[in-house]
Amino acid sequence: MLIAVLAPFAAAGFAPLLVRLLGDRAGLVLAIVPAATFVWLLSRLPEATPGVLEATPWVPGLDVALDFSLDGLSLIFALLISGIGTLIVLYAGGYLKGHPMLGRFFLFLMMFMGAMQGVVLSDNVITLFVFWELTSLASYLLVGFESDRPAARRAALQALLITGSGGLALLAGLVMLAEAGGSWRISDLTGAGAWIQDDPLYRPILILVVLGCFTKSAQWPFHSWLPGAMQAPTPVSAYLHSATMVKAGVYLLARLDPALGGSPEWLWILTGIGGLTMLMGVVFALLETDLKLVLAWTTVSALGTLVFLLGPTHEPGVKAAMAFLLVHALYKGALFMAAGNVDHEAGTRDLTRLGGLMRTMPVTFAAAAVACVSMAGLPFGLGWVAKELIGAAKIALEDEFGITVIAATLTNLMLFCVAAIVATVPFTGRTSEAAAHAHEAPWPMLAGPVMLAALGLVFGMAPNLIAEPLIAAATTAVIGRKATLEIVLFKAFDWKFLLTLATFVAGAALFLLWRRSAAGWRASLNPVLDRGPDRGYDQVMRGLAALAAWQTRIWQPGLLHRYMAASFAVVTLAGAASLTRGEMRLNLDFDGGRLIEWAVFAVTAASALVAALATTRLLAVTALGMLGLGVAMIFMLFGAPDLAITQFMVETLVVVILALVLIRLPGFRLSAGGARPRWLYAGISAGTGALVTLLLLGVLAEPFDPRLSEWFGRAAVPEAFGHNIVNVILVDFRALDTLGEIIVVFAAALAALAAIGIGARTRA
Amino acid sequence: MEAPLALLIGLLTGVATWLMLSRNLIRLLLGFAVLGNAVNLLIFTAGRLTRDVPPIVPAGAQAIEGAFANPLPQALVLTAIVIGFGLLAFALVLAWQAYVRLGTIRTDEMREAEPPEEAKP
Repeated sequence: MLIAVLAPFAAAGFAPLLVRLLGDRAGLVLAIVPAATFVWLLSRLPEATPGVLEATPWVPGLDVALDFSLDGLSLIFALLISGIGTLIVLYAGGYLKGHPMLGRFFLFLMMFMGAMQGVVLSDNVITLFVFWELTSLASYLLVGFESDRPAARRAALQALLITGSGGLALLAGLVMLAEAGGSWRISDLTGAGAWIQDDPLYRPILILVVLGCFTKSAQWPFHSWLPGAMQAPTPVSAYLHSATMVKAGVYLLARLDPALGGSPEWLWILTGIGGLTMLMGVVFALLETDLKLVLAWTTVSALGTLVFLLGPTHEPGVKAAMAFLLVHALYKGALFMAAGNVDHEAGTRDLTRLGGLMRTMPVTFAAAAVACVSMAGLPFGLGWVAKELIGAAKIALEDEFGITVIAATLTNLMLFCVAAIVATVPFTGRTSEAAAHAHEAPWPMLAGPVMLAALGLVFGMAPNLIAEPLIAAATTAVIGRKATLEIVLFKAFDWKFLLTLATFVAGAALFLLWRRSAAGWRASLNPVLDRGPDRGYDQVMRGLAALAAWQTRIWQPGLLHRYMAASFAVVTLAGAASLTRGEMRLNLDFDGGRLIEWAVFAVTAASALVAALATTRLLAVTALGMLGLGVAMIFMLFGAPDLAITQFMVETLVVVILALVLIRLPGFRLSAGGARPRWLYAGISAGTGALVTLLLLGVLAEPFDPRLSEWFGRAAVPEAFGHNIVNVILVDFRALDTLGEIIVVFAAALAALAAIGIGARTRA
Repeated sequence: MEAPLALLIGLLTGVATWLMLSRNLIRLLLGFAVLGNAVNLLIFTAGRLTRDVPPIVPAGAQAIEGAFANPLPQALVLTAIVIGFGLLAFALVLAWQAYVRLGTIRTDEMREAEPPEEAKP
């Protein structure tokens, strides 16, 4: 299974080279990879119930392993991915024939294929998430493939941001789920449903996981990216955005159904949102004129249907969902590729400008028409079978959810109408101008739609070919007990049958009505209904940019004093926080001072205060000089004559230089531009000072270790032949440091000199 | 006498911070000078104080007898005083040059690196 997942990645790496060597025919070679996977998967069909596991350690220390499992649910998805993937790779070779970026396209496409296989085959929560995100990334690259168009770039970014933020929610949800269930393996989690649902975090887990699934599967209100993603080349729309990637959310919901499903929350969220999405999608489909967008909205609707069917967590619902999944992938894949052919050959996909293509593109028309039979749910199409199963699921729900039956019937009715539109409008009627010089697409572009449409027809007439091995097997995997399925095409001529017939008739009537007045509907309804979530996305993006600008203004105002205040405040608060940890002793011995000491302290403190409050320069400089002299006096009093002498000298020089600089600067008063906001800054200053005092008092309360100092006292004369110990330390024991100090002062002097020199030239 | 000195050092640090939070470049530099003094005193005091006995070995003796002032912080502070002086002198020249170039000593108006919102291109 590891090979099945990794092979497309390997092929992705070789794709650009193959395109360079083989040109457009590279698609034929690349298609071998998914085709081989498909055949291999078919050969594993008998093992799919009860399922097989394979594990390859990846990050064993973190319990992350490349665990893969193959059961009915994985198999039905994996078959779709590889089967439709084969046809899409063939199709893309024709659709993008001669495109200069074809190699890059195949690279992204094969990468997506591997990632998607990884999603549905992973049995490890983390690997599943990694592959999940890789599909979002591949989708981003593929939607934005025509990156010179702004619309494509916007759509790609929107798709990435919506699915990506959902992915973040999903990651949180999955991690919490694994914690609650006590395992990182999905196969363990699905057995732990009972205690996961008793976990106090069950609701957050459910919401986060559902957010991930709903963004991926384009449920309301996160659906807006999916119609936008139609900016991608048509093979991508057919593959990622109808048949596979958008179903990843549905897959995960089905996969986690045993772990999370069955609760009232699950039922209400899935049935409610799914039902709403189902109805909304098909209504919007009726209002579109772009063939691809019509199909995209019906995809949104179909995804809603799938979520809706998974809500009740009972056997008929799951069976219906699995059958519908298969049906939808077949007919929607065929229709997208047919739409791509129309676009490719006629040069437009605008419904109002198409018509009469039946004569020039008969094969495409036949494929589209057969696919639409399935979509409309007419007899002999596979859609009929799915519809029967959905009907059975609805009846099982009916007691509580009468309204959902109405919603689903309405959806069916409108879906019938959309099918009629897609099958007839571009192909019948007068030959439009755009269609006049169209001709049939080449064979690689016909293989896909014809095969998929034909399969829909074959399975529709002989549904038991797939009923037991695929649908029942997948259902077994979801509900956790053996499910069997026997499909009878015509049950009885009863009221349900009549209801179906009535739906067809009403759908046909709606179609006739649509032909007459669709333009009017669009004019009146589009402004009203128009795409709230899409506008919401724009607003969120604008808001995000504004928030970024706002917080940049707060944190980076470009004002020095704010930066300084923030730095001092953070340092002080961090220091204060560290003081609260553990007990701290303070040295509070204020006795025994001599009068002269107190006097010097008082003078120094007073000059500091004067310096702080001075409003004229002269006063400030004088106070600063006094302060320096006070410090020198302190050195003097406590046995440091060297320091005192140096301090006297330096302090004198500082005053001289200050005076020299100040007389060149404007204004005499300092008051303008004092510290403001005054009280806040005063608080920060007081806090910083208090912290330093506290720290020093704490240090002074600790015992002193005099060993080094005593050693210097003993060693000064015998080893360095000097009697002034400070002197000896500076010029002998730490001579190199002193040399460094001299260099620093020298460099500062040079730099100052250079600055003055530049200034002199500037003025000259 | 360490404890009262700790109070003085706290006061000096607070004053230095207050001055450095000013929007006036001159005040900021004054604060810088005060901070240098506060830090020097901090190092000096942390090495404990001894009155009146400088760390000098009497003539003819091999070692100093009895209690004497701790020479190690003195050596450190001596270096610090000189370096601090070099730094302050350089900063002063820089401030003067900034005024020559920008025509202001108000830090709010020195917005070359981060221009105000409306002035951005």
